[in-house]
Amino acid sequence: MPTSFLVLLLLSLTAFSFILGRRRSLAVSAGDIRKLNSLPGYYGYYVALWCGVPALLIFIFWHFFEGTVISQLVLFNLSEHTASQPEQQLNLVLNEIRNVVYGNIPATSVAPEITAAANHYRELQQISNMALTIVTIVLAMGCAMLARSRIHTEQRARNKVERVIMIFLVVCSSIAIVTTLGIVLSVLFEAIRFFQAVPVTNFIFGLEWSPQTAIRSDQVGSSGAFGAVPLFTGTLLVSAIAILVAAPTGLMTAIYLSEYATPGIRSLGKPLLEILAGIPTVVYGFFAALTVAPLIRGWGASLGLDVSSESALAAGVVMGIMIIPFVSSLSDDVINAVPQTLRDGAYALGATQSETIKKVIIPAALPGIIGGILLAVSRAIGETMIVVMAAGLAANLTANPLESVTTVTVQIVTLLVGDQEFDSPKTLAAFALGLVLFIVTLILNMVALYVVRKYREQYE
Amino acid sequence: MNKRMPARPKTIDRINQGLAKRHASEKLFHRMGLLSLLFGITCVAILFSSIISKGYTAFQQTFIQIEVHFDEQYFTVSGKDNDTEALSTADYGGMVKQSLRSQFPEAASRQEKRLLYDLVSIGATYQLRNMVMQDPALIGQTTPVWVPANDDVDMLIKGHMKREAPEAERRLRDQQIVWLDQLIAQEQLSLKLNTAFFTNGDSREPELAGIRGALMGSILTLMVTLLLSFPIGVATAVYLEEFAPKNKWTDFIEVNINNLAAVPSIVYGLLGLAVFINFIGFPRSAPLVGGLVLTLMTLPTIIIASRAALKSVPPSIREAALGIGASKMQTVFFHVLPLAFPGMLTGTIIGMAQALGETAPLLMIGMVAFIVDIPSGIFDPATVLPVQIFLWADSPERAFVERTSAAIMVLLGFLIIMNAIAVMLRKKFERRW
Repeated sequence: MPTSFLVLLLLSLTAFSFILGRRRSLAVSAGDIRKLNSLPGYYGYYVALWCGVPALLIFIFWHFFEGTVISQLVLFNLSEHTASQPEQQLNLVLNEIRNVVYGNIPATSVAPEITAAANHYRELQQISNMALTIVTIVLAMGCAMLARSRIHTEQRARNKVERVIMIFLVVCSSIAIVTTLGIVLSVLFEAIRFFQAVPVTNFIFGLEWSPQTAIRSDQVGSSGAFGAVPLFTGTLLVSAIAILVAAPTGLMTAIYLSEYATPGIRSLGKPLLEILAGIPTVVYGFFAALTVAPLIRGWGASLGLDVSSESALAAGVVMGIMIIPFVSSLSDDVINAVPQTLRDGAYALGATQSETIKKVIIPAALPGIIGGILLAVSRAIGETMIVVMAAGLAANLTANPLESVTTVTVQIVTLLVGDQEFDSPKTLAAFALGLVLFIVTLILNMVALYVVRKYREQYE
Repeated sequence: MNKRMPARPKTIDRINQGLAKRHASEKLFHRMGLLSLLFGITCVAILFSSIISKGYTAFQQTFIQIEVHFDEQYFTVSGKDNDTEALSTADYGGMVKQSLRSQFPEAASRQEKRLLYDLVSIGATYQLRNMVMQDPALIGQTTPVWVPANDDVDMLIKGHMKREAPEAERRLRDQQIVWLDQLIAQEQLSLKLNTAFFTNGDSREPELAGIRGALMGSILTLMVTLLLSFPIGVATAVYLEEFAPKNKWTDFIEVNINNLAAVPSIVYGLLGLAVFINFIGFPRSAPLVGGLVLTLMTLPTIIIASRAALKSVPPSIREAALGIGASKMQTVFFHVLPLAFPGMLTGTIIGMAQALGETAPLLMIGMVAFIVDIPSGIFDPATVLPVQIFLWADSPERAFVERTSAAIMVLLGFLIIMNAIAVMLRKKFERRW
C-alpha cells in the first residue's frame, strides 16, 4: 500500500473515531450531557488521540529504521566473499543494490549477485510495507476501541485532552533550543574533525588560503593551505564599506523621519524605504554584479584607477544599501523612545532643532544606536549572496577596496556546492568557517541586545 | 575716579553674532536628512528600473517561420509507419535542416550550411516531434511552422547585439544577418509572446529555458515550510505567552529564539547539510529538506509576530472567559487565538515571503543542481526561484541576462503580492482595544 494512502487512511480512521467517541459519550449519558464530566466533543478528541497518536509514532519510527534494518538484512545474506570486504566497500555495494532497486541503473549491467540482492531488497521492502500497514491499522483501531470502551460519565476527558495539547505546546517551544543545539553540535563536530587535520593556530593565524587539495598526495601543494586571515580581512573590508554606507544614511534618514518629516512624508517615505529590506539578497547580488560593479569600474577607469571587476567596493556598497532600512528602523525606534521632556528642555534653552538632535537626542539614544549598528554589522558579516555574486574567490590579503577579496561566507558556499566528501579537510573547512561565523555573529547579537535592553530600561 | 569700563558685549549680541552660522548649520542638517531619505528611495528606483529595463524583453521571443515538409521517408525507419517508436525517433532535425536549405538554397558549402542551421533553436526539433506525435496525419504534408530562433538571433533582433560591431566581435556572421534580413522582409521572423519561459524547466539553451521547474520547486518547498512552521510557531508563541511559567527554562527558550532570529541564513544551510542530509539521510536537492531548513529559519519570525499578536489581545477577554468557567486551555483556544489570528497570519505571510527569497541555505543542501525535469513531489530533486536566478546570473550567454531579470521580476511580483496581502490583512482586521 502506498505511504500516502496509508496516511490518508489513518487520518480518516482518526476522524471516524472522533465521531465514535462523541456518540459513545452521548450514549453513556443517555443524551443528558449535564451528567458528563466534559463536553461530548472532548470524548471525541480523547478517542481520536488514542487512535491517531500511537499509530503515527509507530509509523514515524518504522520509516526511520526501515532503511537500516533492510540494508543490514541484505548485507547479511550476501556471499562470504562480498561480506568480508571492509566497510567502505560494503557501502559501495549497498549503494549499487539500492540503485538497482530504484531503477537508477538497469539490472542487466551489474553482477548477478547484486541483482539477486536487489530482488531480496525489494522483497523485504514489500514485506515491511505490508507489515507496517497491518500494524498501524490494527493499532489504531485497537486503541480507539479500547479508549471508546473506557468512556464513562465520570471520566475527565477534557483534562486528558488538554494535557496532550500541553505536551504538544511544550515540545513545539523546545524546537528553538533543539535548533540551536543542532547548529552548535553539527558545526562543532565537523569543525573538530577539521582541526584534527589542520591545527587551530594555522587556521586562525595563517596568511594563505588555498583549499583546493590535489588528488594525489605526492603532487605539489597537495596539502592545501587553510590560513583564514585573508578571509577575515576580506569579510571585514566588505562589511566596513557596507557600514560606512548604511550607518550615516540610515541614521540620518531615521532622524529626518522622526524629527523633521511631516506625517505625510513619513507615511510615504518609511514604507518606500522598507521595500529595500524586502528584496531578496540574490537580487542585490545580480544588481551588484551587473549594474554597480561595471559602473564603479567605469568611474575608476576614467580616473585612471585600475578597479577589479569583482571589487570589494561594489559588493560593499550594495550590501550597505541593503542594510539602510535595517539601521534606520532600529534607530527610529530608539530615537522615538527618547522622552519628549529632553527635547523640550533643550528648546527652552534656545537650542535649534539640529542642536537639540546633535547635543541631546543622539547622546541620549547613543547606546541604542550603537546596538542597532552592531546588529547591522552582524547582518553584513553573515550576508552571503551579494558577496558570492559580486565579490571574488581570490583570497587576497589587502585593504584596498578596489581589489577583489573573498569572504568567509563565499568560501563556505564554494567549498560546499557540488559534490562533497565528508572526510576531506576541504569540506570540513567550511564547517570550521561556519563555526567562526556563528560565534562572531552570536557575540555581536548578544552584545547588541544587551546594550539595547539596558538603554530601554534607562527611560522606562 | 571712575574710569569707564569698555562696553562689555551683551549676551544677546553674542547670540546674534552666532545666529547666522547656527541657522546655516540647521539648514544643512535638515538637508542632509532629506538627502539620506532621497538616497534610499533613489536606490529603490534605480534597482527596479535597472531590473525591469533589462528584463522586460524576455517576455518576448524571436520566432522564425519555416516551411516544413513532413516527408514519409523520415518515418519509415522501422518498416511500419505510424507506430509510436518511429514517430518519436524520426529525424526531425533533418526536417528542420531540409526546410532551411530549401528556403536559402544559396547556402552551399558545409560551413555556410552550419551557419544557416544555427539560426534556429534546437527546440525546433522537439516542437516538430510534439506536433507529429499529436497529429500523425501531418506526415506527408507541408505546413508553415513558427519555431523559436536561436538566442543569438533573439539578441540581435532585440537590439542587445550590435549590428554595427565588426564581425569578429559579434556572435552572428554577416551572412547570417543577411539571411535574417531576408526573413524579416518576408515577414517570416517576428517577436511573439515567450510562453516557453513559463512552461519549460531549466535548459542550457537560453531560448528554451523557463521558470516552471523552479516555480514548482518554490511552491513545494514553501508548502513544506508553511505546514511545519505555522503550527509549530503558533504553538510556541501560545505556550510562551499564555502558559509558560516564569523560570530559567522559559528564559532560556526566549534567549534561543532571539538569537536564532539573527543567525546568518547560511549557518542554517550547514545545519541542514549536516543533520538532514548526512545524519538522517534525506535525499539531496529535495524540497522536503529545503522546507525543513526554511522552517527552522522562519520560525523565529513567526514566533515573534505571533507573540505580539497574542499580547495585543486585552486581558479582559481572558478574564471574561475564565469568569464564566472556561478552562485556561478553552480560554486560549476559543477566545484569544481567534482574535490574535489575523496578526499571526500576517507574521506568517511575511515569514513565507522571506523564505521565498532565501537562497544561501538552499545552495548548501544541493538545490543548486541543474534540473530540467519539473518536480512533482517533495522527494524529487528540485531547485527554487532564487537559486534559478543565481544559476542564470552565472551563465555566460547574453540571453540569460534578460531571463535572469525576468525571473527576478516574477519573484518580486510574488513578494509584492504576499506583502500586499499581509498589509491588507493587517488593515482589515487590526483592532484597537
